[in-house]
Amino acid sequence: MSNRGGFHIDWPIVVMYFALLLIGWMNIYSATFSEAYTGYFDMNQNHGRQLVFIMGAVVLISVILILDIRLYTLLPWPIFALSILSLVAVLLFGQKISGARSWFTIGSLAIQPGEFAKVAAALALAKYMGTIDFQWKKLRQRFIALGIIALPALVILPQPDLGSAIVFSAFIFVFHREGMSSIWIFLGVTLGVLFVFSLLFNTHILSAILALPFLFLMYRYRKGRWAQWLGVLILVVGFVQSVDFTFNNLLEDRHRNRINIMLGLEHDPQGVGYNIHQAQIAIGSGGLFGKGYLQGTQTKFNFVPEQHTDFIFCTIGEEWGFVGSVLVLVLFASFIVRLLFMAERQKVAMYRIYGYSVASILFFHFTINIAMAMGLFPVVGIPLPFISYGGSSLWAFTILLFIFIKMDAHRKDIW
Amino acid sequence: MDRRFILLSGFVLAVLLIFSARLFYLQIIDEDLKLSAENNVIRRIKDYAPRGHIYDRENRLVVGNQSAYDLMVVPSQIRDLDTAAFCQVFNIEKEELKRKLTRATTYSRLKPSVVIKQMMRSEYVEVQEHIIFFPGFYFQRRLLREYLYEGAPNIAGFIGEVSETFIRNNPGYSRGDFYGVAGIEKSYEQTLRGKDGVRRIVVDVHNREKGRFQEGMYDTLPQPGEHLTTTIDIELQRYAELLMTNKRGGVVAIEPSTGELLIVASSPTYDPSLLVGRHRNQNYFQLFSDSIEKPLFDRALLAEYPPGSPFKIVNALIGLQEGAISPNSHYACGGGFRHGRLFVRCKCGTAAPIPLKTGIYKSCNNYFCQTYKKIVDSYPTAQEGLERWSNYVRSFGMGEFFNNDLPTGRRGNVPDSTYYNRIYNDHRWKAVSTISNGIGQGELLSTPLQLANIAAIVANRGFYYTPHIVSHIGGEPITDPHFTQRKKTMVDSIHFEHVIAGMFEVFQQGTARLAKVEGIDMCGKTGTAENPHGQDHSIFMAFAPKDNPKIAIAVFVENGYWGSRWAAPIASLIMEKFLTGEVQREALEKRMLEGSLEDEYREQAIRLAERRAKKNE
Repeated sequence: MSNRGGFHIDWPIVVMYFALLLIGWMNIYSATFSEAYTGYFDMNQNHGRQLVFIMGAVVLISVILILDIRLYTLLPWPIFALSILSLVAVLLFGQKISGARSWFTIGSLAIQPGEFAKVAAALALAKYMGTIDFQWKKLRQRFIALGIIALPALVILPQPDLGSAIVFSAFIFVFHREGMSSIWIFLGVTLGVLFVFSLLFNTHILSAILALPFLFLMYRYRKGRWAQWLGVLILVVGFVQSVDFTFNNLLEDRHRNRINIMLGLEHDPQGVGYNIHQAQIAIGSGGLFGKGYLQGTQTKFNFVPEQHTDFIFCTIGEEWGFVGSVLVLVLFASFIVRLLFMAERQKVAMYRIYGYSVASILFFHFTINIAMAMGLFPVVGIPLPFISYGGSSLWAFTILLFIFIKMDAHRKDIW
Repeated sequence: MDRRFILLSGFVLAVLLIFSARLFYLQIIDEDLKLSAENNVIRRIKDYAPRGHIYDRENRLVVGNQSAYDLMVVPSQIRDLDTAAFCQVFNIEKEELKRKLTRATTYSRLKPSVVIKQMMRSEYVEVQEHIIFFPGFYFQRRLLREYLYEGAPNIAGFIGEVSETFIRNNPGYSRGDFYGVAGIEKSYEQTLRGKDGVRRIVVDVHNREKGRFQEGMYDTLPQPGEHLTTTIDIELQRYAELLMTNKRGGVVAIEPSTGELLIVASSPTYDPSLLVGRHRNQNYFQLFSDSIEKPLFDRALLAEYPPGSPFKIVNALIGLQEGAISPNSHYACGGGFRHGRLFVRCKCGTAAPIPLKTGIYKSCNNYFCQTYKKIVDSYPTAQEGLERWSNYVRSFGMGEFFNNDLPTGRRGNVPDSTYYNRIYNDHRWKAVSTISNGIGQGELLSTPLQLANIAAIVANRGFYYTPHIVSHIGGEPITDPHFTQRKKTMVDSIHFEHVIAGMFEVFQQGTARLAKVEGIDMCGKTGTAENPHGQDHSIFMAFAPKDNPKIAIAVFVENGYWGSRWAAPIASLIMEKFLTGEVQREALEKRMLEGSLEDEYREQAIRLAERRAKKNE
């Protein structure tokens, strides 16, 4: 290490990181807490194992910070290749756990390569898009960039793990930062809203209502660009009309059920809706100040399945109440905004792009996970970073984050 | 700052706001979720309140409570069940065990189901130490009724588990509760039941108990039901039941000065303990399906018999009140009552004209046919006369429900003019057309309770208290004016001494002279009621002592040939025991205890079967 510009660790982000870890561990402890209490380091208990994972994460952090910064600019491609290979391997030789072939098991340790693939993709994308001659406007480069994201997503999808695959669409924010037109984000949001509306309301009436402003615009521009608006109108109506077909014929039953439950079109608290129903009960019963730490009845008596992993936010909601939950949300949001701020101050393009990738991935996980727990999004199994139980996800997010912290520490280096 | 940075930060802020709003809705506004959370973890468990005890008039405990034990199973907790050992210990068939376990598993693997219901204490102590060898099984304590006397099942009645229909109609009950099905248990259900307590326990997602909710802060203790003191003399009741052994019929005794029921006995009877415990259903079915003896049919309250000759007393009283006869009215009996082609036979054996007193103790049919005819004929039309007569009879408590604290009862029947107008649709009927009313036959019907009440009326010289069975609720005397206010008949009390003189002679030289007891002035009237089923019923109505009476009684013995053969001795024995505390006439007592009409009933059943067979041919 030459230390040409010094080594400046961003302490606020590190403090927030450990705060999130602590919140996570406390709630995992609460979710697995029982009267047959055995101790913090009991390896048969989730909280005991999570403590070990946290210690492992500390080791990883040390290693990442000690390694030469140039390693991260040199190795993205081999790492990316290794990651894709491991994803293919897990499809062929992986352990099937609760229906998905996503894990390698080594002894008692289960590793999920899908979690680490995000790090590899972020590094590779940053490396590629950070080169001097990269320009979003160039179609070939644009497709290669998209390819770097699409490749791991497509290999993860057949595990099947829809949630992890969807996470890769978080990179849209990175593309946007690097020159992609805002139209695409606007379009994505619009299509999402239209999709939900088409399922909730009669598609014909919806089409008619949507057509009104376009008809007005076509009248307004009757001597000019009316044909352009007609084209948009046809696209919108076509999309709305095709949602039914897509929904009923292309999606699998379990996804269809989850979407229906989320939209309130189907009520089945004992069957497929059990999970989301119980999650909302747990959160809702928290009230303003919560029931107190370790006092949550829904948590203690396991009414919410997967509570220590994907539904960990239920424990926070029940025991810490509205005040505590909002504070956790604010902490998480500040954490992401801080990352964005850090990304913006990078002078090296690759570092900036990588920083954006980290912030986008965390933002995506955060949004989808909590929306799911609160019944705003269909149930897809993705963890809440740093808080949910799980070694692979904790380590993957830690690596993802601290590589960026390492880059940020070297932001004053002169190249 | 790049505006694209602002955009993504804006997204983060927007998500934060949306989530906070959603949290606000879920945690602050939506109260349903809190309720659902409570329903998830809190189970309300009933602490059953013990039912009130039932005592007799001497404060002897008749019905109490005892612990019974349901053997429960939680299928998911069964480990290595040794079926053979289990069956041996708990005395259950292998097939039955298998069936019970299958049913329990189908209901729920995690919730408890009953394997053996209501094991009594004696069975329980033998098997309880073995329970630890059978994981998944445990005992659950229930309170059942305990009957301290082997008889009198009709008084207390019995309790049973509520059915789904019952719960629908009675919102205060839920599955597994007991309720009074018959007897006092039924009519005083709300008093005896008490108030069940509620324990709130916390359970996990598998319905496993995890402790008390808030250390039992919201739990309520069960309030035991109130004790009832009945008016029954249980020893006397048992004595009456013993005397009625192998005879069918009913015995009712009343304390005239209060209307308190001393005896309400129905024969054949059964041991109420049969309806408690493990074999309850089996026993109940057996009692229920005995269509010949009908032990569940309370003959004292529900059987409607023709009252027969004792009813002549009522006719005499009406005649005296109406002025149709006087104590000195004489009628000569020529072996019966004659009117045109109508003839009512009489076996009184007198030839010379006789006065009222002789008419009573000789039970002269002619005398009372004449009296009845004169009562009815003293009005312009037979309709008016009969209407007047039936009003008199009703004032004696016949033809109407008592509406007392017994859960069942029958009206009996007092025919009025409408009744005969319907039968004789030309309305051209006369006193003589209904002459059977004069001697308590024909359309007249009375329950043993109603006849005992008539005896009480005569004993009281003209009034009665509505016969009732409970005197104290929770130690406090009853205050219901329906039971504490006397009800007057339409006959003035001066007329009663004349019939009482005749009823006194019944024991001295009349039809019941063989049932006379030295030292006790008994008054009575025998009855021999013809009936469509077979041999005449043996009936007796009496009270004693003559002055300041302490007991009034009516005895019906079905197909007992004639009044003095069974009913009169039984009644006199009961009165003797009640008034002196013991029975001197051992020979008579022995004859009554051992006497059986079973042969008569068997022949009658055969005759009935033959008649039915013939009809079917």
